[in-house]
Amino acid sequence: MKLVYFAWVRERIGLAEEERELPPELATIADVITWLRQQGEPYEHAFGGAGTIRAALDKTHAKPNAAIAGVREIAFFPPMTGG
Amino acid sequence: MPVSEIPVSDLPVSDLPAPCAIDIRIIEGDFDPAAETAALCAGRTDIGALVTFTGLCRDEQGALAALELEHYPGMAEAEIARVAEAATHRWPLLGVRIIHRYGKLMPGERIVLVMTASSHRANAFAAADFIMDFLKNRAPFWKKEHKPDGTAKDWVDAKEIDEHALKRWDQAT
Repeated sequence: MKLVYFAWVRERIGLAEEERELPPELATIADVITWLRQQGEPYEHAFGGAGTIRAALDKTHAKPNAAIAGVREIAFFPPMTGG
Repeated sequence: MPVSEIPVSDLPVSDLPAPCAIDIRIIEGDFDPAAETAALCAGRTDIGALVTFTGLCRDEQGALAALELEHYPGMAEAEIARVAEAATHRWPLLGVRIIHRYGKLMPGERIVLVMTASSHRANAFAAADFIMDFLKNRAPFWKKEHKPDGTAKDWVDAKEIDEHALKRWDQAT
């Protein structure tokens, strides 16, 4: 699975993107976040620290309970501040 | 769990193709609103109202030296297209043109352009307003502020007011 990070999520993790083998039991975005938080301090800082995180599946906004089956790319980022 | 549901009102979605031309560009360089106006209106005699909104980088009374805009390539175009299409299904528009810049922008520089054309002004005004409200909450862009002293660089927080602004479109027609 390709994981991509933006803004302070990217800065806290120290990576813009990475390819990860996700355990097969992970079914939803929320599951992926719970798992990522166990992947070291930078991930805990990004996903367990202050601030709200949103996610997208294959470049479409998705809710935490959205299923990741068949998805190629998961993005994590703070609430948007464009315009 | 720090993850939030997207608290914005769900964008009204239609399976129908957009009934008018939609032109969307995500670019690093500047754009020329006059040239965009000319391009949108070229050869047209049916447009009676053209609303142009330009968002600029402001200096926050000297507290901001520059803005850095990060975006999610691919998704930025797709999300803005969804918002523009929703607008075309809600109002009888004759053309939509949206440009959003990314990269480092100095105070006074243009950030975003939204142009909506219609036969009458009410529809063009409403559609441009709607597009900006949803664009700010759904288009994957993030602003980082550079301070004049060159030290502090902070990500801009999303404003509550922007999310509240969306709710008025639930009732409005």
